Amino acid sequence: MSPEPTNTLPSEESTGERREPTAAVAVDKVARRVRVQPSHRVKTPGARIGVWVLGLLALLLMAALPLLNISIPGVLPTPTYQPGTLQLLAMCLLMAAAALSYHLLIGVAGLLSFGHALYFGAGSYGLAIILNNLGLPLLPAMGLTLVVALVLSTLTGMVALRVTGIPFAMVTLAFAQAGSVLVRRNPGGATGGEEGVSPDTAGIPDFLIGVANTRNLYWLSLLTLLVVIVVVTWVQSSRAGHVAAAVRENELRVRVLGLQPYWAKLLIFVVAGVLAAAVGMVFVLLQSGTVPRQVSADFTITLLVMVVLGGVGSKWGAVIGGVLYTLLDQRLSALANSSAVESLPAFLHVPLSEPLFILGTLFVLVVLFMPGGLAGAVRRLRERFTSNPAAKKN
Amino acid sequence: MSTLILLLITGVGLGALYFLVASGLSLIYGLMGVLNFAHGAFLTLGAFVSWEMSRRIGEGTWLTFIITLVIGAAVGGVFAALTEFALIRPLYNRHIEQVLVTVGLSLAAVAIFEGVWGTDPQYTKGPEWFTRTTDVLGAQVPNDRFVTIIVAALVLLGVVLFLKKTRYGMIIRAGVENRSMVTALGIDVRKAFTLVFTIGGAAAGIGGVLASHYFGYVSPALGGSLLIFAFIVTVIGGLGSLSGAAIASVVVGVLQQITNFYWGVGDFVVIVLLAVVLLTKPTGLMGKTA
Repeated sequence: MSPEPTNTLPSEESTGERREPTAAVAVDKVARRVRVQPSHRVKTPGARIGVWVLGLLALLLMAALPLLNISIPGVLPTPTYQPGTLQLLAMCLLMAAAALSYHLLIGVAGLLSFGHALYFGAGSYGLAIILNNLGLPLLPAMGLTLVVALVLSTLTGMVALRVTGIPFAMVTLAFAQAGSVLVRRNPGGATGGEEGVSPDTAGIPDFLIGVANTRNLYWLSLLTLLVVIVVVTWVQSSRAGHVAAAVRENELRVRVLGLQPYWAKLLIFVVAGVLAAAVGMVFVLLQSGTVPRQVSADFTITLLVMVVLGGVGSKWGAVIGGVLYTLLDQRLSALANSSAVESLPAFLHVPLSEPLFILGTLFVLVVLFMPGGLAGAVRRLRERFTSNPAAKKN
Repeated sequence: MSTLILLLITGVGLGALYFLVASGLSLIYGLMGVLNFAHGAFLTLGAFVSWEMSRRIGEGTWLTFIITLVIGAAVGGVFAALTEFALIRPLYNRHIEQVLVTVGLSLAAVAIFEGVWGTDPQYTKGPEWFTRTTDVLGAQVPNDRFVTIIVAALVLLGVVLFLKKTRYGMIIRAGVENRSMVTALGIDVRKAFTLVFTIGGAAAGIGGVLASHYFGYVSPALGGSLLIFAFIVTVIGGLGSLSGAAIASVVVGVLQQITNFYWGVGDFVVIVLLAVVLLTKPTGLMGKTA
């Protein structure tokens, strides 16, 4: 495992010798980020078209899954056309989308937020509450929910972004905790307390209701993931995205260039929040209900685990991490209840029957021994087998 | 009036619990820049092991209570020291990854607690005196509040004495102030890291035992719920400041109790307080000017 080539900063012709002032060192110390892989690999035009074709094929395959009869024993509980598996796959897609929205924060802007669940919850609870109390049809209700999420993420982002680094993490955690407490308190009977809330089916079109229509919800989830991918790609390659990425690397330098880190970060924060809310809305339709866990710090940590498993800074890593985590979580629960595990002695049986223990341990091992997560591992493998010496030696 | 006194003392008791968690968090952050998400797990483990022990040696006596306090401190301290040694040290100076490791550890630890002791609360029983009340200016205050406050005050005193009077305490204080200078003087700061983790873990373990009497039960979620408020306390008090953590703990605890009792909005008031402090003084009440 060779150390990554350091990203050379823009060269300073005139002041090449000068060291950074101590203030910059201090800022760096506070804002030291997870090492992020270089996002701009040089691709040949052929390779780029290849990626597009591959993506399109994958998309077509995913879209066709409800119509096919594919069984993957051990990974999927039933053949792919059955509602149980479609529900699980749709959940994988939604979690991938949620992880991708979180990737905007930690991967692009380098913001370690522990409150992202608040916006996911704003989407899921917001839609359910609006449907239940205002009697709007689905689409206007979704629009209104997004506006609520926009306002919420803007207001909380403006306060939270006044601090950076670890204090930022704590402040976002506190905001999400406020949301979590509010939801559990069940104000006016709107959130249903610990039970959670189910959206009134009156406003929802028939083709999105019922087990028989799981495939429609699956397609809706796939569409959601697609939209999130497009938006994230667009934001990442936009001017604000570049500024945010530059802030992640060195905030002081961005300031010196006369740019305003605060607004770029706020924009990323708000976009990530609104995307999470959008995913939350589809989630509440898929699950036909939502519970307080979806607003808790645990859920944010789940997203964080997904992104880190996939590889911080990698868009596809976040997607793969989301899918993998959801599958693992679900299948490990099934494993925990299997007779093979039940018959083990207690010191093996107890840890193995706790999916979160296995996932938590896996997560620790990835952070310790696999920097860059899955994406990092893939990149190292590719570098080992590639015959391009320039890529190796930088 | 008597209600207000009751709320004040109960609030200070709650603040004492927050302080026991926040003191470790604040010292660890101040010295190492690590936000320790596993701190709640130290607390919960201390509480559970003490609960197990007290059932073995007989609940409800003072001797058992004192033994469990010692056990809680030892378990929390050892767990914390091991964490620092095995998980934090390999990631030296990579702060975000250190945070991630503690997140993973807290996930795994809470899952194990659930596997071993179940998700339901396990009820604790202290000395009989705990269940009685003492009359303070007309308010009937449950006695366990006083014990919580006194023990937390002793811990504060002990930590302050350690930091002011011993050589290692001096190294820790100097490290919080300026770590690179301490390293430059040829002092191995990493020993101080393990030490700070051990002290923080021991305080959290004691906090776990006290919390199990204060709330009357132990559950795997005990640490996590206290941890979030301890984070808030640490930010309000100023990261790295022990006295800031002490003051903020009491302020937050009392404010939370009073607003919860009269208007039922205690948790929100605390978060609003956090937002106000950050907007007016981003470094917290007694934080370093970064």
